[in-house]
Parts: sequence; C-alpha cells; structure tokens
Amino acid sequence: MIGPLRKTNSALRRLVLAGTTAMLAAFVAACGTDYFEIPIETPIQPKLDVTPFQRVLVIGFVAGGTDDVDANQETVRLLRSQLRTKSSLRVIDADVLPLIDIARDQSQGGNSDDSNGPRGEGSAPPRATNGNGDRPVQGVSLPANIKDEKDLEPYERLFANTAYWKRIGEEFQNPLIVTGTVLFANRSTSGFVQRDQETFDSLGRRRVMPMRTYMERKGFILRPKFVFIDGRTGATMYSESYREEILYNAQQNTPALSSYFELMDRLVPNFLSALSSQKIRGTRVLLK
Amino acid sequence: MNIRAVGIVASVALLAAVPASADAKKDAKSQVEFGINVAQRGLWREAIYRWEKATQIDPTYAAAYNDLAIGYEHEGQLDKARKAYEKALELDPNNSQVRQNYELFKEINDRTAQKDK
Repeated sequence: MIGPLRKTNSALRRLVLAGTTAMLAAFVAACGTDYFEIPIETPIQPKLDVTPFQRVLVIGFVAGGTDDVDANQETVRLLRSQLRTKSSLRVIDADVLPLIDIARDQSQGGNSDDSNGPRGEGSAPPRATNGNGDRPVQGVSLPANIKDEKDLEPYERLFANTAYWKRIGEEFQNPLIVTGTVLFANRSTSGFVQRDQETFDSLGRRRVMPMRTYMERKGFILRPKFVFIDGRTGATMYSESYREEILYNAQQNTPALSSYFELMDRLVPNFLSALSSQKIRGTRVLLK
Repeated sequence: MNIRAVGIVASVALLAAVPASADAKKDAKSQVEFGINVAQRGLWREAIYRWEKATQIDPTYAAAYNDLAIGYEHEGQLDKARKAYEKALELDPNNSQVRQNYELFKEINDRTAQKDK
C-alpha cells in the first residue's frame, strides 16, 4: 500500500519539477535579453563655418613654460600635420612666426618698417608694424620670460590687432589663420594617491587591492589657447582654451617632448572639431 | 434604471479600453524590437522611423525614447537626441542604462557647444 503511494509521490514530484523547469525556460526564452550594446558613430559638425576658406595658415604661438620643448615650433608642426590629413583645407607651409618678439615690438611702438611686401608661400611673413596706426599692445609691459599663465595674459592683446592679422591674411591670400598661446610647464605635486596593489594570500591566490599611498609626483601641464582668425578681416572668429596635465612618479624620468605629445594627443580631436566634421565612435545600450 | 445603464456602458467602455491599451503596448514593443533588429544591421533611418512610431503609439515607453535618442545621436541630430534622452529619463528616472547612455551623449554634446573654456 505504502510502496505504490511513494512511487506516485515521487513521479508527481518529478513532474512538478519538470513542469517548473519548463516554465522557467519558457519564461527566460520569452523575456530574452532586454538590452543590446550597439556601436555608434556620432558625426560632429565643425564649430566654425570654414566654407569661405580654402587654405589654413598655422602661423605660430606665443609659447612659454619649460625650455625643454619649443612649444611654438612643435605646436605648429603638429597642427599642420594633423590638418593635412584630417581636414579639407589646404595647409600653407610658411615660416613660423616668433610671436613673442612681434608682440614686444608692438608694445614698444614697433618698427615702422613697412617694407615687408607680400611674399610667396614658404617665405617669412611680415613682422608686426604699426604703419597703419594700429597700436593695441603699445605701452603694455610684456614679461621677457613666460613661466605661467599670468605672464601669457598681456600677450593676448596681440590677437586683437586686426590690422596686423589682416595684413598677414592679405599676404597669404586670405586664409583661415590659426594662432594662440601655449603654456607647457613643469608641475610637481605630492599627496595621497589611490593605486592598485597586487597581493597573494597563503594559498597563492592573486588579489588586487586599492591602496592609498603618499607620493611625490612630477610631470607637466599643457594649457593651449587656439585662436582662429579670419584672414580677410583680421578679426578673431573663435577661440578655445584647454588644460591637460600628466604626472609621474618623482623617480620616473620622462622626456618633456614625449609628455608634450601625449598631452597634445588628448587635445587634437577637440582642435580638429573646430574646423572639420568628425565622427566620434562610442557604444550605447538599446533597450526593449 | 438609468444608473444601471450608465454603469453598464462604463463597464463596457472600460473592458474595451483595457485590451486596446494592451494591444498598443504590444504594438509599440514590436516596433521597438524591429527597430533594434534593423539598427543592428546598420539601417538606422528605418530604426528611427520604427522608434518614432513606438513613441507615438505608447508615449510612456521609456525604452523607445532611449533607442530613439541613440538613433538621433548616430545621425548627428544632437538636439533631438537630448530631448529624447530627457524624455526617457523623465519616464524612467532610475534606469541606469538610460542614464549611462545620456552621460556619454552629454560628453559628446559638450564638445560641440561653442564655448571658450
């Protein structure tokens, strides 16, 4: 009597279990995945309307900070090469202007040498002159050594000298002019830093634990300001400033130039997005 | 008698409305699913059309607005994308995936804003 009953109970339990499993499977299958990762490419329109220009002239920068890198030359070189490959504008190869000297000339009343007539591509453009009576930076004392942002500030008046930039524009047949300031300076700091530390327990299992340690670090700070000038009018069309820094362990010896390029690498897409349309790749989650 | 008649009419209307609403939700969901399917094959315009339709059928469907925002983002229609993300978050403020998508979108959108930092 007990035997068959036990058998029936066991069969019933199996049936219920199978039914539950089947229902669960059906439920999971019905629900499926409710989200899907999908790669997207967002087209970004340029911030500036560059359609009136066929050519771009990266003329030079007022640069300061460390002496280990000539930030003026390096920035011009880097931006020109990026624009050559990633923009539709033709890049003008001209001598890089020593804008610090030019700004100082202008502040001291400038040389009135107007003999710099239009020159072809590859030749030096005119130095600042005040022949047109335009003297916006005159009378302002400009620091000889640019070590920080405060030293750079008085030089910014140079970009408001529309007569000067118009003259350069005429020289190169009205291109879009790219100029600005670049501060690339040493930076050192100390404090607590969170780092991942690898440990092994008694069974040899690896664990990674976040640890706060006091560290002295040194590195560099890069603070460029890109100024876009309309070569037809000499007026500033747009400007944008950025700040990036990189810090290493104080014992680590990283060349200044490689740090400069590492920092510029982070900024170049932003610079290019001012002039040309870009596609930014990313991933998003689609939901059901 | 009159009260009874009104009650009957109301009950019938309610009974008719419930399946209609359920059907609308089902229809909106199938539009969203179809949109996902075609987006995965790169047919973003068709996907956007489907997701727009889904939001018209069921304006409370947060996922449809999220997907629509992604579609607009992919097409570079950033203003529309922002509005769609904001609507999705308004409908489902605790959805971490929508929020994450929106944060990533904002990073890109900030880059395009003309400003002198």
